[in-house]
Amino acid sequence: MAEPVPTVIADDVNIIYKVIAGQGGKGTAATAFRRILKRQDRPTIREVHAVKNVTFTAYKGDAIGVIGRNGSGKSTLLRAIAGLLPPASGAIYTGGQPSLLGVNAAMMNDLTGDRNVVLGCLAMGMSSAEIAARYDEIVEFSGIGDFIDLPMSTYSSGMAARLKFAIASAKTHDILLVDEALATGDAEFRVRSEQKIKDLRAEAGTVFLVSHSLDVVLDTCNRAIWLDKGTLRLDGDAREVVAAYTRETTANR
Amino acid sequence: MWGCRVRAARLTRMSNAAGPAETVDLAALAERHGLSRSSARPPLGGYLRELWGRRQFIVSYARARTYAMYAGARLGSVWQVLTPLMNAGVYYLAFGVLLGTKNGIDNYAAFLICGMFVFTYTQRSMTEGSRALALNMSLIRTLHFPRATLPLAYVVNELNQMAVSMGILFVLVGVTDGLAWSWFLVVPALVLQTMFNLGMTLIFARIGTFVSDISQLLPFVTRTWLYASGIFFSIPDKLADLDAPGWVIHVLALNPISAYIDLVRRALLDQHEQHALPNAWPIAAAWAVVVLAGGFVFFWRAEDRYGRG
Repeated sequence: MAEPVPTVIADDVNIIYKVIAGQGGKGTAATAFRRILKRQDRPTIREVHAVKNVTFTAYKGDAIGVIGRNGSGKSTLLRAIAGLLPPASGAIYTGGQPSLLGVNAAMMNDLTGDRNVVLGCLAMGMSSAEIAARYDEIVEFSGIGDFIDLPMSTYSSGMAARLKFAIASAKTHDILLVDEALATGDAEFRVRSEQKIKDLRAEAGTVFLVSHSLDVVLDTCNRAIWLDKGTLRLDGDAREVVAAYTRETTANR
Repeated sequence: MWGCRVRAARLTRMSNAAGPAETVDLAALAERHGLSRSSARPPLGGYLRELWGRRQFIVSYARARTYAMYAGARLGSVWQVLTPLMNAGVYYLAFGVLLGTKNGIDNYAAFLICGMFVFTYTQRSMTEGSRALALNMSLIRTLHFPRATLPLAYVVNELNQMAVSMGILFVLVGVTDGLAWSWFLVVPALVLQTMFNLGMTLIFARIGTFVSDISQLLPFVTRTWLYASGIFFSIPDKLADLDAPGWVIHVLALNPISAYIDLVRRALLDQHEQHALPNAWPIAAAWAVVVLAGGFVFFWRAEDRYGRG
C-alpha cells in the first residue's frame, strides 16, 4: 500500500485569543479612570486558551468529524486550520488553501441573494466568467428559488445557511472545513449537502466536519476527533470515537 | 492523569496512521509533502499580485456598500448627491452669510466648498477605514482573501462619492466663474490625493483593528486638522495679518491636506495665485508616494494577525 498523502498536519497547536469580556467593575467612567490610575492593565481583556497541544495528521480522502461539547474548541480549531486564526504556538501545515463553511459566514444582509452570490464568489477568487458559468448551479443547489431577488435580511436562518453553503461549495476545494453549516437546513437540504460532502471526499479532498449530530458524523465521516476543553481526547475511527463519546456523555448524565 | 489521556489519544492516532510517517518529525513530514503553514503571511510581491487578482471584488464590494448605505432611505442613491450639496449649503450659510467671513476672497463659496470636499474625502477615508476590518470580522474569519481589499474598497467608495461632489463643484464654479482648461489639473490632484488616502486608510485599518479606541479618538484628530488646513481662510493672508516670519508658510505648506486642497483650488478658481501655497505639487506627490508605500507595508506586516481581532 502506498504511503498516504497528508493534507493537514497539526503539530502541537495552541490557540489563545483575547476577548474583551465586558466592562470590569460597574462599567462607569469613574471606575475606568481609577483603573487607569492604578495602572491595572485592562482586566476586562481575558485570554482564552481555546485549543491546547493538539496534534494530528489528516490524509487525502479523509472525512474527519470533529465532536465535543459546546466550547471545547472545535470551531476555533477549524478556523486555525483555515489559516484565519493564527496559533499561539505550534504550527498547522496544509496542502492547498482550506475553505471554511460556517453558519456565521457573513454576507451583506442589505443586499439581495444574487448580489451575495457574486460577491462571495469574487471574494473566493473566482473570475466573473466562472461565476456566470456556475451561477445557475449555485442558485439551484441552494434551493432558494424566487427569494434570490430579495435582500438576505428577509431570509430565515435556514435559507441563509443554504445559500452560504451553496456559494462556498461552488468552488472545488482541496480541504473543506464545514462548521455546523448543515444544522439549520431542513431534511431535504441536509441530504443534498451530505451528498455534496461525500462528492468532495470522492474527489480526493479532505473534509473536516464539526457537528453535534453524531448521526451525521457516522454517516459522512471515516474518522473522528474528540475535543474536550481544548485538548484532543481521542482520534480514530469514527464509530469508535463516537461510541466512546456517547459512553462518557451518558455516564455523566 | 490528564497527560495520560492525551498520550492515549496520540497512540490511537498513530495506530491509525499507516506507514513510517509516525516516527518522522511532523514538520519534516509536512515539508516532504509540500505542505505550507496555514497562517503564513504571503511575500510582498505575491500579496500585491493576489490583490490585483481581486480587483473585481474590490469594485463590486464598494458598489454593494454604496448601494447598501442608501438602501433604507426613500430617496435612495439621490442622497449621494444631496449630502454634499447640503453640506456645502450649511457651510456657506454659517461662514459666508452668518459670520460674513469673506476673508478677502473673491468667490468665497467656491473657495470654501473646494476645501470642504477635498478635506471630507480624506477624513471619511480615514474614519471609515479605521473600521473596515473590525466591522467585517466575521467575513475575515470565514473567507480567505487578502485583507487589504476591504480598506481599498472603502476608499473606492469614497472616491465615487468624491466624483459626485466634484461634479457639483464644477457646476458651481462653471456658473460663477465660467469654464477653464485648468480644470483638467483636478485629475492629477485627485490621483495624488487618492494615493495618499489609500495609504492613510491602510494605516488606520490596521490600528483600528487592534486598538478599537482609535475610532473614538479620530473625530477629534480630524477636526483639529480641519481647522489647521486653511479651509475657511487663506493661509498666506492669515499669516500676513499676523506678521509671521517667512518660514512659517513653508512649514504650514507641508500639511498634506493643505497641499491637496491648494491643488484643486489652483485648478478651479480664478485669481488663486495670491492665496496659493509654495511647492504644493512636489509636497502633494511626496506625501502620496511615501504614505501609500509605507501604509501598504505597514498593513501587510500584520496580514496574518487580522483574524484574531
